[in-house]
Amino acid sequence: MLSRKSSTGSAVPAILFAIVLLILVASTLYLHIAKTWWFPEAITPVGHQIDQQFFATFVVTGIVFVLAQIALAWLVFRYRDQGRKATFVRGHHGLEVLWTTATLVVFVALGVMAAHAWGEVHFGGPSPDALQIEVTGLQFQWEFRYAGPDGKFGRINVKDIDASVGNPLGLDASDPAGKDDIVVPDLYLPVDRPIELMLRSQDVIHSFFVRELRIKQDCVPGLIIPIHFEVNKTGDYEVTCNQLCGLGHYHMHAIMHAMSEADFEQWEKKQEAQNAQ
Amino acid sequence: MSAHAGSIHHSEAPKGWIRHYIFSLDHKIIGTQYILLGLSAVTIGVILSLIVRLHLVWPNLHIWGFANGIVSPEDYLRVITMHGTLMVFFVLTTVPQSGFGNYFLPIQIGAPDMAFPTINMLSFWTTFLALIVLLASAFVPGGATISGWTSYAPLSAVGEIAGPGLGLGQTLWVVSIALFCGGSLMSAINFLGTTIDLRTKGLSLMRMPLTVWGWFITACLALLAFGVLLAACILLLLDRLAQTSFFIPADLSVSGVVLHHAGGSPLLWQHLFWFFGHPEVYIAILPAMGIISHVLSTFSRKPVFGYKAMVYSLTAIGFLSFTVWGHHMFISGMNPYSALAFSILTLVIGVPSAIKTFNWLGTLWGGRIHFTAAMLFAIGFVSLFVTGGLSGIFLAQPALDLYLHDTSYVIGHFHLIMGVAAIFAMFAASYYWFPKMFGHMMNETLGKIHFWFTFIGVYCIFMPMHYLGYVGEARRYASTESVNYMIALHPVNMFISFSAFVTMSAQLLFYFNFFWSIKHGKPAERNPWHGTTLEWSVSTPVPHDNFAGDYPTVYRGPYEYSVPGAADDFIPQHLAPEQVAKAG
Amino acid sequence: MPHLTATDELEIIGSSGGAKPPAGSGRDGDGGRRGGSSGIPQRVYVTGITIAMGGILMFFMALVSAFIVRKGLGGDWLPFGMPRILWLNTGILLASSGALIQARRLFKRGDSGGFRHWWAVTTVLGLLFLVGQLIAWRQMVAAGFYLASNASNSFFYVLTAAHGLHLLGGIAALLFVGWGRLRKLTLATGTEIVSYYWHFLDGLWVFLFLLLLLGR
Repeated sequence: MLSRKSSTGSAVPAILFAIVLLILVASTLYLHIAKTWWFPEAITPVGHQIDQQFFATFVVTGIVFVLAQIALAWLVFRYRDQGRKATFVRGHHGLEVLWTTATLVVFVALGVMAAHAWGEVHFGGPSPDALQIEVTGLQFQWEFRYAGPDGKFGRINVKDIDASVGNPLGLDASDPAGKDDIVVPDLYLPVDRPIELMLRSQDVIHSFFVRELRIKQDCVPGLIIPIHFEVNKTGDYEVTCNQLCGLGHYHMHAIMHAMSEADFEQWEKKQEAQNAQ
Repeated sequence: MSAHAGSIHHSEAPKGWIRHYIFSLDHKIIGTQYILLGLSAVTIGVILSLIVRLHLVWPNLHIWGFANGIVSPEDYLRVITMHGTLMVFFVLTTVPQSGFGNYFLPIQIGAPDMAFPTINMLSFWTTFLALIVLLASAFVPGGATISGWTSYAPLSAVGEIAGPGLGLGQTLWVVSIALFCGGSLMSAINFLGTTIDLRTKGLSLMRMPLTVWGWFITACLALLAFGVLLAACILLLLDRLAQTSFFIPADLSVSGVVLHHAGGSPLLWQHLFWFFGHPEVYIAILPAMGIISHVLSTFSRKPVFGYKAMVYSLTAIGFLSFTVWGHHMFISGMNPYSALAFSILTLVIGVPSAIKTFNWLGTLWGGRIHFTAAMLFAIGFVSLFVTGGLSGIFLAQPALDLYLHDTSYVIGHFHLIMGVAAIFAMFAASYYWFPKMFGHMMNETLGKIHFWFTFIGVYCIFMPMHYLGYVGEARRYASTESVNYMIALHPVNMFISFSAFVTMSAQLLFYFNFFWSIKHGKPAERNPWHGTTLEWSVSTPVPHDNFAGDYPTVYRGPYEYSVPGAADDFIPQHLAPEQVAKAG
Repeated sequence: MPHLTATDELEIIGSSGGAKPPAGSGRDGDGGRRGGSSGIPQRVYVTGITIAMGGILMFFMALVSAFIVRKGLGGDWLPFGMPRILWLNTGILLASSGALIQARRLFKRGDSGGFRHWWAVTTVLGLLFLVGQLIAWRQMVAAGFYLASNASNSFFYVLTAAHGLHLLGGIAALLFVGWGRLRKLTLATGTEIVSYYWHFLDGLWVFLFLLLLLGR
């Protein structure tokens, strides 16, 4: 008979643990396999590479997760107090060595694999013909600047910043290179062409994030941080800020329009025409 | 008293209420004070998180205490900043270490008190003052700060022009944290000195309970980490008040105003902050690991599996915790090659954590498990630790962190592994040590109901946050209505909020149980759990100098449960071999 | 329940954590350092100050690494003229350490008068150093180097102020021991820990001085 006066050895908590942990494992597995709430499709080669690394990590951690939770449930159920004495054992040297080595190998292997995807994002430079776009974060909006026909960005002078006269970035009027610069609050870019973004900030730290690019990068005042990628799929994607930048952090939002080369050229022409007026 | 008589015996309890309960030098009173301070902080912290959850799902709900009853975006940021600061500093750092550690470390090592009782009292009152300053910041013009518990510069450095609460509120935040650093440093000196020099006869390092090891390593981390945060706070304060440029770069234009700073580095603040901040994570969890090992062993009626491996892994975690701070900064613009180094080191620190998990499972294996409330929380801890630890494997890889950084995924991860896991250890410690602290038992049935609600509840709250992170929901958003893909997540947030309401309500069971049992609980015997360590060898309530002058000698390791040949299934550490009853 | 001596069966526990006879105090440095005595051993104060110095060192290392990083950013870093009096101050502080060594030597010999004399000399030299530091500050101000003028100046003030405050604590400790206001410590322990702390601050100052001199 298992029923005892004190509930300490009762089977009820053991069974409850088994049920709760099994539900946890089952629901977690289901939600990951059914992809109920999931990443949007990646739109860059690097994004696909990162997704593969995600997959590898999901498999490894998933196996460990299932085994560990079920082992816990089983141990708790199997060794609930049923009146027999506990096995006296202090430990096992071989087991310690085994699981230390095993985890070390698995974890470091994952880390080394992940280094590849990271290197794709950060180590190689952009190709020389990449389209350069300057991204500026400011409380609480994004500004995107294109060099215009001359291919040169105009000088910026912090004293010239005045949103009320349409100069949120502080373009220096005395620099001819800045005359044809295009400044827009949304990001327009052509697909299948290398893009280089140069991230900067005017006031506090912001963070540029487009889910489909799988890239997030802080915009740090005082630094210009380049990132590069190539989009392979047209569409409109949301740009958000992911570093707390003040009370308007949550509505610091823009759209990234990935367009065909032809559409992009048309857009560029239109902007240049507007600038010329 | 003569100049150097050296009062080596201070066994007389102080007379007078104030000296006894307020400015007490007794480590047990100070420990209790810390626990009550933590309990006040956690109460406020939980109410704040309730406001967060309410606001996220019903943004127009009227909430008492806010202007027009509406939580504005800046109010929301104030609330999360205060929630994070209270929980990380005044609960997770304070209760497991300074609270339970203060109370039980001297008893577990057979010492009359902490080594430096006056410094101990000063640490508590400094911490108390820090809490008052922090809370006061909510009531100054401009209100509490909105820069988050990490207070990234330059948002935290440039003053009120960057947003509400960044004036006096932010200054008080920095002052509060600097005070807290001072209190923690003094406390660390006490813990280390006490453990090194006040162990009783026979208590070698390798016979110390794992709780003591946890507190000892944590004190090492606190000693080395809080000085760095203090330095960072001083520099930040100078940037704010004296126009220096440590963290503020040149050519900033905030709200249309050009600032006269030059050349500072926002990343410098992050490096200093996280050099403290990562060890801080382990300051919260190492005492919890010790407590959990202790409780698992007691109620499995088995020695801790791989005691030495447990000690070495604690030490390894402590050491490695100073080498991984960069993994908080993968997207900050730091050197990508150092990011790789930080990534590998972070994965390596997962190894000793995994060793601990395996050994906890090993402790359960072959045991005779008693499902007390304390044990339930300890088992729950292991489950949470596995879940929270595995999600860390993602964040340790910079390529994956690129996507998950600053999303709800991170919130889910650190709440499970650092917040809730440490809270579970505090609950386990409360149910386990309450009889020794107050001479009464807590109600076990209420404790078990409390456990099941909390255990299921926290999984319902924090698991879905991982899925929100997959979709890309950003943290620290006062409203998700500006971003299309976040609007679609409303039902998930609703589920999380409801889970949170239920789980928070269940905590009332604990409050009731705790305060009711102090007076009305079943009277506790000296050693209700049949434990082996020294705290169970002293009478209840514990006398003023713990052992009434009769200091024990330790003859064996801390977890001698179910030893073959012994009559009882536990052999207390202080029992001389000839006193051990033989089976048969 | 019969109380028996340890038998072979109980010797199972005789492995690592087993029922060995208790190790005596300090036998292998690992047997429970307090031993059986009921009070707080004097040794703990030495341990305490050693640990405290570790914490203080980390605090200064944080400032020093901030100094190095901030200087490495280049750009706006402007060197400043170090006040010449700092050389004199450094000499004074080194001399105070010498006086302290002499005081301790005489104390160990039991020469109470000589000890008090040299202890007072140390204290006075310490105060002189602080006065010298204040003069250095005034010279900096006179030369137009203010706290916020440049990062190099900011670090000069922060490092000297932080060190000065710690040294002020050292002077308080010197006075405390000199006046014999000790309660739990013996005079021997008091002089020992104060001298460790003082030499530590002395060494720290030499390091900071060289850092400022070479790195400004």
